[in-house]
Amino acid sequence: MIELRNVNKSFDDKQVLFDINAEFLSGKNNLIIGASGGGKSVMMKCMVGLERPESGHIEFDKRDMLSLDEQELREVRREIGMLFQGTALFDSLTIEQNIEFPLRMFSKMNAAERRDRVNFCLKRVNLENINKKFPSEISGGMKKRVGIARAIALDIKYLFCDEPNSGLDPITSRLIDALIDEITKEYGITNIINSHDMKTVFDIGDHILFMYKGAKRWEGSRQDLSHAQKEIKELDEFIKASYFH
Amino acid sequence: MNLSFFYHFGRYLMFLRSMLYRPEKMNVFFQRLFDEMTKIGIGSLPIVAITSLFIGAVTTVQTAYQLVSGLISKTVIGTIVSDSTMLELGPTITCLVLSGKVGAHISSEIGNMRISEQIDALEVMGINAPGYLALPKILAGVVMIPILNIIAITLSIYGGYMAGELSGILTHEQFVVGAQSTFKGFTLFFSMIKAFTFAFIITSVSSYQGYFTKGGALEVGESSTKAVVYSSVLILFFDYLLAELLL
Repeated sequence: MIELRNVNKSFDDKQVLFDINAEFLSGKNNLIIGASGGGKSVMMKCMVGLERPESGHIEFDKRDMLSLDEQELREVRREIGMLFQGTALFDSLTIEQNIEFPLRMFSKMNAAERRDRVNFCLKRVNLENINKKFPSEISGGMKKRVGIARAIALDIKYLFCDEPNSGLDPITSRLIDALIDEITKEYGITNIINSHDMKTVFDIGDHILFMYKGAKRWEGSRQDLSHAQKEIKELDEFIKASYFH
Repeated sequence: MNLSFFYHFGRYLMFLRSMLYRPEKMNVFFQRLFDEMTKIGIGSLPIVAITSLFIGAVTTVQTAYQLVSGLISKTVIGTIVSDSTMLELGPTITCLVLSGKVGAHISSEIGNMRISEQIDALEVMGINAPGYLALPKILAGVVMIPILNIIAITLSIYGGYMAGELSGILTHEQFVVGAQSTFKGFTLFFSMIKAFTFAFIITSVSSYQGYFTKGGALEVGESSTKAVVYSSVLILFFDYLLAELLL
């Protein structure tokens, strides 16, 4: 479980996160939704340690990320997998080397074991026979799946997905959503997804957090969403602006 | 000089400090170091060789052109070519050329990784990104660029000798006697100190520029330009400083 308590973040004089309190549960798809500029990405960057909040606590299973030293922080980060919006695959490495990378850096596996693990991860995301290709040689949807395969190469406890469907066609988007959902449930991972896509919210969202202008505006389950929509104008506008209703 | 200089200088020092952690995997580190040494050393050899040969040749021809008095021995040409090559032309010109080739490459490579979130991916995995990306490049530079300097000096003197022989300016004996007459070991040592210093400037400044790139493709280009310009200016400044301090 990941817990945020009273998290505040500013860039220069502009405050972008206002006193955020939230809980993200294990084995669930925790979705952060909201309009662009609402603070979703900054919040995710604070959680994975790419940005440091001015105040508050971010706890990964009771380990406060903001009070750990650099070395301890790296240890926790090894339990984190992240699927980036632009996939962030290493373009000088082949697909196989990309997935093998965290294994080479942090595991004691020998070359044969690493190769088996790479093939397992590729198979898990429904990709095969692309081991020797480079990221520039595969499609956007395949890159996302390779990103997921790299994220799960090590036994992770936390998965962060930043706009996993951006730039993908609707059919591929649903495949990616289904894959993320399966992996989350199968491994009991604490999964946090930043998304604009209401179809994702209604398909796989277990726990939803709505951000508006840097503040948490609403938090609840998918089933509560339609009720909250009637009470919260900004949430209603956000949902209605999507194609879905 | 405004405050931004101090901001960048402070951040540059912190960037260097952040590399001083034990690498996550030593065998991966040495593999990367070897790759970078190959890229910087072997990859730069052709441009260094061409530049050095021609600089030596031009120095011989121009020195001969300026020696209008028949009272001055032609062996002086060999002396000037070898000494000026070791003291200045070898390390300084080689490193100015390398600031364009190696510096721009380092900056654009790391800058591209920054804007495509690859550096974020390394950090999220728990990898010390400056140590993983920049440290092998800096170490490879400070090992390989002094070696390239030795090659540049050798080829430059050879180019000077060939130009003298082929154009009939001076004989083989005159060149060799001139080159050997004033040779001091310290001159070569000083040349190596310069090469070592310039190598550190090129690789660290370029890594810094690339690492803190913000924006898109345009900014990657800007970072590469800054890397080359700042490296070149710092090379010239330290060239003067080292000459003042050590000669």
